Amino acid sequence: MSSLQAQISKILTWSCVDGPGNRIVLFLQGCNFNCITCHNPHTIGRCNDCGDCIADCPTDALTLEGGKIRFDPALCTHCDACLVACPINANPMVQTYSVHDILALLGKHKDFVSGITVSGGEATMQLPFIKALFTEMGRDPALAHLTRFIDTNGYLGAAAWTTVLEVTDGVMLDIKAFDRDTHRRLTGRDNARVLDSARMLHTAGKLYELRYLMVPSQTDTAGEIESLMAFTQSLEGPVRVRLNAFRTHGVRGEAAAWPAMEREQVEAAARALAEESTGPVILPALW
Amino acid sequence: MPSETPHIRHIVNDPTLSSAQKARALSLEAENSLPYPALDRETQDALEARLICDMYEGHAPYKPRYVLPDYGVVLKNGSEWLELPVPQTLDEAIHTLMIAYHHVPSVTAMPVYIGQLDDLLLPFCDGVTDADLYQQIKLFWRYLDRVLPDAFMHANIGPTDNRVARTILRVDAELKQIAPNLTFLYDPKISSDEILQMAASNITKCSKPHIANHPLHDEVFGERGYGIVSCYNALPLEGGASTLTRVNLAKVAKLSDDVEDFLTNKLPYYVDLNFRLTEARIDYLFNQSGFFDSFLVTEGWLDETRFTAMFGIFAMAEAVNELQDKIGATGRYGHDAQANALGYKISALLDGLVSKRPMKNVWKGRAMLHSQAGLSTDTGFTPGVRIPYGTEPDPVTHVLALAPHHQYYGSGVSEILTLDETIKPNPEAVTDLCKGAFAKGFREFTANVGGNDLVRVTGYMIRLSDVAQFHAEQGSRTNTTALGAEASKQTLILQRKPRVVANELLAGTNQ
Repeated sequence: MSSLQAQISKILTWSCVDGPGNRIVLFLQGCNFNCITCHNPHTIGRCNDCGDCIADCPTDALTLEGGKIRFDPALCTHCDACLVACPINANPMVQTYSVHDILALLGKHKDFVSGITVSGGEATMQLPFIKALFTEMGRDPALAHLTRFIDTNGYLGAAAWTTVLEVTDGVMLDIKAFDRDTHRRLTGRDNARVLDSARMLHTAGKLYELRYLMVPSQTDTAGEIESLMAFTQSLEGPVRVRLNAFRTHGVRGEAAAWPAMEREQVEAAARALAEESTGPVILPALW
Repeated sequence: MPSETPHIRHIVNDPTLSSAQKARALSLEAENSLPYPALDRETQDALEARLICDMYEGHAPYKPRYVLPDYGVVLKNGSEWLELPVPQTLDEAIHTLMIAYHHVPSVTAMPVYIGQLDDLLLPFCDGVTDADLYQQIKLFWRYLDRVLPDAFMHANIGPTDNRVARTILRVDAELKQIAPNLTFLYDPKISSDEILQMAASNITKCSKPHIANHPLHDEVFGERGYGIVSCYNALPLEGGASTLTRVNLAKVAKLSDDVEDFLTNKLPYYVDLNFRLTEARIDYLFNQSGFFDSFLVTEGWLDETRFTAMFGIFAMAEAVNELQDKIGATGRYGHDAQANALGYKISALLDGLVSKRPMKNVWKGRAMLHSQAGLSTDTGFTPGVRIPYGTEPDPVTHVLALAPHHQYYGSGVSEILTLDETIKPNPEAVTDLCKGAFAKGFREFTANVGGNDLVRVTGYMIRLSDVAQFHAEQGSRTNTTALGAEASKQTLILQRKPRVVANELLAGTNQ
């Protein structure tokens, strides 16, 4: 049994928006992108034990012991004041879980779920943990029927993907923008590796869903939508595309003042995509 | 000598009630002008204090509360009393049922059970095209909603996967009517995954059907069968329930000194009084009302030995929290392991008390425990063993907290899981939740999807737009809207918090 551990920001035992069916979702802490449109910016950083959050905790759930942040979940009221206080977009409530811990959780909930999704943050930054967890799940007769999904920004390199794909059933991959400058401006990184990952995963039959975030005046332009259509056409065989609409919920910094994406334009883009018949197009469930 | 009675005048002149609704309300007034069946002083006092409750059924029980005829009898034999020949075709079978329903009484004066429709209609479907079947079911469904507009009226289908069940699911999702209510009986050994998926998909469209754990009910009711009616009551087919009475657990807890006093003295005492109330009502129904001389019994639609007595309880949440307060514990019902364990202990005790008491004129000689889904006047008391409105945890935690209760409530335990509308594109998640709930011992699975106009109130369906309209004093065509409107104003039903599913990952997030 693997003793590998992961830094986990949050675990959900009920989610219907992270892949097919109800899924247990692990939000792994830390991200190699720094998206200005991020809805969960507190999952980006790694806690550096500065202690700036301690004074803001109303229930004394956070303390500094031996230079390290100590978090007591029993005292926490989930007010998230510490996330607001954190100067580096990290989360002092992050907990360490072993592969064994997650297998035990899966055992308790296996009757309720279609599978597990590791999300983030950027889940693949803790790839050895994912590989160990997914491998153990496949070996356990009580869990082997559960599907194993990764939700990713696609920045992981091709060689690293190959180490985990054998034990992975599906990947949901976000493309933030097709124009390289736009992508760099929105995420702080180049998009070449993202597009490569999407192509490689699709060829390997593991790309469950391509996700594209429409941000007003940034990634909803005619040129961007045409690039999205051209990209899906360039993939051989159907690909499921989910169009997401930017909204400011949870966003910090300049993007918090940006307008939310209008439904009409998202639906127009969906219609254009659907006409290309490159696969199902999924729209937001809520407006 | 006529005299002016203001509350009767109010019914007659109420602009929001139809003539039929007025006639029904007036008949209740007439019944209640008679003296109540004789009760001893203690029972009388407890009833007046509403520690025990007769569901305001009326002073002279002249019909059982829930009647579940075997409609197979009239389809096979016709009816001498109703001068009906044996139907030969699908049209004739549906027409026979439509006539039959008008002769089946219940507490609402409309039938609460309209039959196991796939079993009843399949023998008439040979040679009927899919298009014809669809058209016939659609007209039948329209008739039911318009002529018997009561959401307590319940159709059953399943557990087999068959064309009548599939057509009913298709029509039900298309029409999104309040009536009839619908239960799919699910048996993992018999039902296909496809039809369960179809049912789950319907839930995301119209919060119907309700799904029953068939193997568990089958074990209780056996070969002669059962039906799910009204607010998810499981009752013997060819019979039903003579009465539904209930104990207000919160009020009993309030009178108790501590947990020990509640469990050993007060609860057994009020359970006994509720039994006495039940006995008085059943005695009247069987020995004075003449109901069982009806053609429904003589022609074999009903068997008078197959009527149970539903022993209801409600406000478990408030009772547990009250008892927790008395011992200085802070854990709340539905969220805290110790509080939940106290709840399970109360259910187990109730089960022991109810299964020990012999009853006359009751199916198998024993009442059946029931987690009662509430009345519109239940301000401040949560239905049955449910977790209070607006405080429910996520659906999986919710199921895990309540599952241990279900083994005790043979005549039904209705729980409503509220799901965020983000589930709409992913009905497989409904299937997962349902299968998980059944694996943990849930007897029935009921879900409301946020954003649907059609939602479940304590167990019946209402349209939110109807409620808004009723509040605007415009009246409503359906009986249950009046109840639903009263419930939504007086209790917190519409505040039942839609579960924000994966809050961080609403569509468009996690960039």
